[in-house]
Amino acid sequence: MAKLNEKAVQTILEICGRYKNEKTPLMMILSDIQNEYGYIPLEVQEIVSQETGISVAEIYGVVTFYSFFSLTPKGKYVIGCCLGTACYVKGAQQVIDKFSEILKIKPGETTEDGLFTLDALRCIGACGIAPAVSINGTVYPKMSVGDVPKIVADYKAKEA
Amino acid sequence: MSKVNIKIEGVAYQVEAGMTILEAAKACGYEIPSLCAFNHGECNVGSCRVCLVEATGARGLVASCVYPVAEGMEIRISSPKAVEARRRSVELLLSNHNKNCQQCEKNGKCELLHVATITGAKEDKYTGVQSETHLDQLAPALVRDTSKCVLCGRCIARCSNAHGLGILGFENRGFRTFVSPAENRSFANSPCIQCGQCVNVCPTGALMEKSEITKVDAALKSGKHVVIQAAPAVRAALGEEFGYPVGTPVTGKMIAAMRRLGFERVYDVNFGADLTIMEEGTELLHRLTEGGTLPMITSCSPGWVNYAEYNYGDLLPHLSSCKSPHQMQGAIIKSYWAEQKGYDPKDVFVVSVMPCIAKKFEKEREQEKVNGIPDVDAVITTRELARMIKRAGIMFNRLPDEEWDADIMGDYSGAGVIFGVTGGVMEAALRTVYYKLTGKEHEQIVFEAVRGHDAGIREASIDINGTVVNVAIASGMKSAKVLLDEIREGTSKYQFIEIMGCPGGCINGGGQPYVRSCFLPNEADDILDTYKEKRAQALYSEDERQTVRQSHNNPQIIELYEKFLGEPNSHKAHELLHTSYAARERFR
Repeated sequence: MAKLNEKAVQTILEICGRYKNEKTPLMMILSDIQNEYGYIPLEVQEIVSQETGISVAEIYGVVTFYSFFSLTPKGKYVIGCCLGTACYVKGAQQVIDKFSEILKIKPGETTEDGLFTLDALRCIGACGIAPAVSINGTVYPKMSVGDVPKIVADYKAKEA
Repeated sequence: MSKVNIKIEGVAYQVEAGMTILEAAKACGYEIPSLCAFNHGECNVGSCRVCLVEATGARGLVASCVYPVAEGMEIRISSPKAVEARRRSVELLLSNHNKNCQQCEKNGKCELLHVATITGAKEDKYTGVQSETHLDQLAPALVRDTSKCVLCGRCIARCSNAHGLGILGFENRGFRTFVSPAENRSFANSPCIQCGQCVNVCPTGALMEKSEITKVDAALKSGKHVVIQAAPAVRAALGEEFGYPVGTPVTGKMIAAMRRLGFERVYDVNFGADLTIMEEGTELLHRLTEGGTLPMITSCSPGWVNYAEYNYGDLLPHLSSCKSPHQMQGAIIKSYWAEQKGYDPKDVFVVSVMPCIAKKFEKEREQEKVNGIPDVDAVITTRELARMIKRAGIMFNRLPDEEWDADIMGDYSGAGVIFGVTGGVMEAALRTVYYKLTGKEHEQIVFEAVRGHDAGIREASIDINGTVVNVAIASGMKSAKVLLDEIREGTSKYQFIEIMGCPGGCINGGGQPYVRSCFLPNEADDILDTYKEKRAQALYSEDERQTVRQSHNNPQIIELYEKFLGEPNSHKAHELLHTSYAARERFR
């Protein structure tokens, strides 16, 4: 099993320490780690288990229960396509399929260059502008299949 | 306790406030079919929906295992609505279940099949998509087959309650949920101690010991000299598989049955237990008098040894270097006995019948081999022995009581018998250590303070010639952890500690017959609270019947040392009877 570097261990211990006085600290700790590193691998869960006394299996269960948490690193740009009811009836499935086709990854996967992760989301509360896509917090309203290639190209250009 | 008035099917009863409907109904003489509820709320998540009833004051039907009674509540168990709902719940469980019941070793003891029969559920009522399933048979001791799992959560609860370990958890969500060690790992690659407590509580065949019956069959067919040896705790529970009341010792019939299965020799592991006491007692004396690592901790329980290697690598020098009794005896069978018979050790096949599934793991350890030959070749559980006896058509109840083979290791002391219960190894060791230090027997044979039958910690102080020896006993890793953390912090006041993996010791091992009210109609309602005590009593009474009560007075043990081993802890004894340990990474 891969070993974490000393700095990462310290950061995780510090995050666990933030919620020492909470009765049920697990969700907060995991959220902070997810935000900090973009994923929560087993080595990290072991430290959280040690600090909180919650078993690794239970932590793993929580991480796999909520789609917000990830076990593998996410890409630099996380493309979240809303597939909630409103977006879906307005053609969100075709939009996410187009992203899939261009990036050559399935929803939940990350491109090999680590640039993009494609996520299928359930209602993000932007039904008025359906179908909506959110990329690192920027919301793209009323998406159509035709908009997809340009958005991907723009992000790629930024990195070039 | 305050009482509340309720009605079941229109009849008035008074029951304790705070009870669930399920418990209250049982007190009033109704057994509501249920599945996930277990052992006084040890597991109580109301997830399976099998125990639905109608109750006034509730919206719709309620899960009786989690819904508390209230003053004036009227409960309907047999209303058409409740009966149909329970049947549907079971039919839904069956719709996502691997129904190859004939091939399932849990057949006959399956609670899902039991509630299906009672509710009249049809197995093919609903058809549809099946959940993805996972099969783990990598670990030597146990198998996980999620195609049989009903997601009741009993195994998860038991692992945490008995050991504080929490190896198992629910993974994923919704239809994709399954029970597994983290990362859907095998038990073999996670810090599971392979004790089998989860197997003992599983209602279906999702968690089972890894059967070695076919291995034994092959050996019997091969023409090898196949020797069988049975641990003390087996005789205290095997009878349960054949309708005897819990706590009936069936030693004589068990011996007769094993002989009829075709084994060349039928030996009692009690002899190995006596041998363990000679070696371990001597080791303790050395450590006490020559300044060795103290406290010394027993090493008979392979579940506990696994726990130590995963979690307390720094404390391994505290463990006695002694192999466990059946491994010691296996080594003696393949050396001393084989030599006397003129057999090549390679042609001798040793089968151990154990109350334990971790022994299946233990026998595979590299450190448990002599010149590359394993001490023990196959380990079957009490349950597997019962299956073999039934398969052979042996009418167990009609067997005569027979005696162990007595050629070289038939004698055993009462001290060996009580190894099967928590505190037993300690008591047996104290009888011998006292004698070795003082030259005389302790006037009291029974050390009451160390006796028990449950999890938790017990302690005692014994004055030996003015030297006070402090001892402690723990079973279940939750209790053991308390004693181990004391050692780590340097605050432990003990010289000798006995630790057993399973709560209550071997009598409650992961290979013992399942204890379920629904399959034991003649036992009292509280059998889940009393079975450990009853099994323990079966062993204590056998100790009392023995004329020799101390290991060092066993004549064949004395003879073994005179003719073969020399002294306890001699060079030869070390070669055959001692082992070593190594810290292990928790997630490999």
